[in-house]
Amino acid sequence: MISFNYVITDEVGIHARPAGALVKAAKAYGSKIVLENLSNGKSADAKKLMLLMSLGVKKGDEVKVTVEGDDEAVAAEELEKFFGENL
Amino acid sequence: MNIWEGKKINSGVAIGKAKILKKADNLVKRISIDDADAEKQRYDAAKEKAIEQLMALYDKAVKEVGEVNAQIFEVHSMMLEDDDYNDSVYNIIESQMVNAEYAVATTGDNFSDMFANMEDEYFKARAADVKDISERVVNILAGVDTGDDMGDEPVIIFAEDLAPSETVQMDKSKLLGFVTHLGSANSHTAILARTMGIPALIGIEADDSWNGKTAILDGYSGRLIIDPDEDTLKEYEAKRQKDLEYKELLLSLKGKENVTQSGQKINIYANIGKVSDVAAVLDNDAGGIGLFRSEFLYLEKDTFPTEEEQFNAYRQVAENMAGKKVIIRTLDIGADKQVDYFNLGKEDNPALGYRAIRICLTQPDIFKTQLRALFRASYHGNIAIMYPMIISVDEVRKIKKIAEEVKAELISEGFKIGNVEQGIMIETPAAAVISDLLAKEVDFFSIGTNDLTQYTLAIDRQNSKLDEFYDSHHEAVLRLIEMVVKNAHKEGIWAGICGELGADTTLTERFLEMGLDELSVSPARVLAVRKAVRDTK
Repeated sequence: MISFNYVITDEVGIHARPAGALVKAAKAYGSKIVLENLSNGKSADAKKLMLLMSLGVKKGDEVKVTVEGDDEAVAAEELEKFFGENL
Repeated sequence: MNIWEGKKINSGVAIGKAKILKKADNLVKRISIDDADAEKQRYDAAKEKAIEQLMALYDKAVKEVGEVNAQIFEVHSMMLEDDDYNDSVYNIIESQMVNAEYAVATTGDNFSDMFANMEDEYFKARAADVKDISERVVNILAGVDTGDDMGDEPVIIFAEDLAPSETVQMDKSKLLGFVTHLGSANSHTAILARTMGIPALIGIEADDSWNGKTAILDGYSGRLIIDPDEDTLKEYEAKRQKDLEYKELLLSLKGKENVTQSGQKINIYANIGKVSDVAAVLDNDAGGIGLFRSEFLYLEKDTFPTEEEQFNAYRQVAENMAGKKVIIRTLDIGADKQVDYFNLGKEDNPALGYRAIRICLTQPDIFKTQLRALFRASYHGNIAIMYPMIISVDEVRKIKKIAEEVKAELISEGFKIGNVEQGIMIETPAAAVISDLLAKEVDFFSIGTNDLTQYTLAIDRQNSKLDEFYDSHHEAVLRLIEMVVKNAHKEGIWAGICGELGADTTLTERFLEMGLDELSVSPARVLAVRKAVRDTK
């Protein structure tokens, strides 16, 4: 299991469009990927768009991403890159 | 003739026949089925068709309202591919042995409730997205044609609510404006209305009897008039003509530089009085905010606004302006703008009384709370602070000392602070006359021409008896402005105007000659002033 934390800098947070892109990115891996919004304690499967949006992640919120599975090393690395570039 | 008041979503004037859109009564019936697999296949096929339609809408929207606004339809199609959404539909079909229409409608309601219960306005608005995609699938399942049926004549559309997809589907050449009962200023439909430049109101429930009647939609005042009388109709036709001309001017000047024909440049900023005014600032393409009056924070409340409340307001404006300059004026309350909890008491001469910086220097606690909020917010954008009603160098030094204390406090508490320019308003003749000395102390001057004129001419502007003596172009005032600009430039600082005179286009050429660096005007005047600058030789 690998996890990393990230503070959201995108103006509106994980809103519809980036949530969609994140789901696409997460679905590329077999690992289970869970995103937790540390500001309200809610967490969701990163492969599920509606749940992801229901976390209400806003700018300035810190999220914890936990990756678990056979391809966790590469998945965690790529997702961290994704957050840096998109969120 | 009947008049209603709604909430403004987009400005503009529309005159035309009212058309009431009735949603096909979405009475989804719960029907028992025998073959769950066949029902699931029906759902899958309808979903595929819905995704196809959404991608077609996306293409149409890209062309009409641009990529950024079109993305909502791509997201809608992704929502339909969401595992939880699909699992829920399958699950309801299987476990209850019911028709796909019912399963989709129930799933849509559940998910939209989830969003509707969220705190953040943005996420709340997503409830409508889920409803919209669910309705689309239900309509396909039920074989309902969702094509538009707007008829041949241009109309003003009335609806309970409009989904973004419905808005984009409408034939723009026949859509004069729309009025909905529900919806919010943050909804995608509202954003689309603004992007497409369609006048729109919300908060008005249409009456069936309005169908086919003449309606006037005034997106400036928020007024809706049904069955106008002849005079009103004439008045609004003239307004509409003016509005169209203004919009043309707007279009042709947006994105253009504020530069004269000989190459002299000037900043044109906007004056605002509340957070929500930022939309108008951006719509009118102002280069920044030259005067953000902070009084609203105090006037709207029964007690002093907290540091946190102020911080949030300042931060929001700074963030929305995305790096453009936001000049915030500290508290300018006085006996003329009474606030009970300040206990200011009555004064014979409020304009010459206990107000603005005089209150702040006498009651430093109030001042410090505001400064703390301002410096904290400065980390989130490009904030400058401006102090009102200055008459002496000594006052400025006192202010700077307090500001330094506040900054040191914040830094020791671990807060991050941005680079903050600090300037003063020049609105007393005293400040104008000693502007050479004041220029050594501050980063900029902003000339408040309303007060400067009233104090220089000794004319109370509230007194209509004095109108014949009042001259807004009085040479004394113009010479003071010129002197202030010269003294500012001698010390290498900039000078602007944030009073009404800045928007007076008959003076634009003179202001450019004086070398003013900035004019800050009401958002609606930005483009008119830009035109005056560009017309100057």
